[in-house]
Amino acid sequence: MRIDCKHVWEHISAYIDGEVNVVLRAEIDKHLETCEICSAVLDSTRNVVVLVADDRIFELPAGFSHRLHERLERELEASGP
Amino acid sequence: MSFPGFLPGCRCIVHCNGAKRRFVQLFGICGSMNKAPNPEYEAECIRRILAGEKQLFHELIRPCERSIYFLLFSLLRNEADAEDAAQEAVLKVYRNLHLFRGESQFRTWVLSIARNEGLGRLRRAENRREDSLDALMDDQAGDFTPAILTSWREVPAEALERKELGMVLRQAIDGLPAIYRNVVLLRDIEEMDARETAAVLGIAEGAVKVRLHRARALLQRSLAPKLKGFVPKRAGKLFGWAR
Repeated sequence: MRIDCKHVWEHISAYIDGEVNVVLRAEIDKHLETCEICSAVLDSTRNVVVLVADDRIFELPAGFSHRLHERLERELEASGP
Repeated sequence: MSFPGFLPGCRCIVHCNGAKRRFVQLFGICGSMNKAPNPEYEAECIRRILAGEKQLFHELIRPCERSIYFLLFSLLRNEADAEDAAQEAVLKVYRNLHLFRGESQFRTWVLSIARNEGLGRLRRAENRREDSLDALMDDQAGDFTPAILTSWREVPAEALERKELGMVLRQAIDGLPAIYRNVVLLRDIEEMDARETAAVLGIAEGAVKVRLHRARALLQRSLAPKLKGFVPKRAGKLFGWAR
């Protein structure tokens, strides 16, 4: 089986997550050896996945946890023994 | 790929600049950042809370706070509304704790309650975004072709020290259709597995994978042209971007 660029793009997410089967992974790896476009698409997608996963991208609003637990405490006190 | 600031074998989050399990999965380093829930601890906590140790609920819910807030922010797209809904959802979790049967992970159950809280608010507000949540189906046609590049120089995680990069990434995620945004949030940002994500969103695991693939393709396409400004300069080398 020979795969083309479009086929590789369809499986990029699963490839990144290690969810493609051994045969398909080998085919994609072989394709990547000679296709600079798919290599760049893979690297850029993986880079984006790493960046969006960083804790600094989404931070809780200042004081969120404090306010949440204050309200929760009032609920606990009101809920009786 | 090399990410300055990440130390091979490092076991502390300080050296790893906030990177999380996804990074570990992709690159196989720093094995200490697993945020996976501990079902035995949670079950024991719940038993004790229901037996009267109410204060323990603070500790039980703490690991879920971040996911609750960002799931609701993803739905409501407003900080104040998301915070209010998060508080309400946590109170509902407490009030209904006796109903938790342990058939799913505690976090899954909590996030289902949070999602229902968010959807209820959207319905009450007759927000059009709820329509887009339901209307956009997985079999809907769309262009998920990635940005075509001839080479890629990775943006290191340390570039996140620059506030503009964070803004560019947040805007790209915010610009995703709701069904894709929610999946990115749970899978790539909150690091849930496909099964748990499917349970929280009430969809099939296969749908989670399809949506995640499409979301990543949309993010790659929107972000790739913008990220080139965040690549560290290398003297004497031409920048290898496709036009």
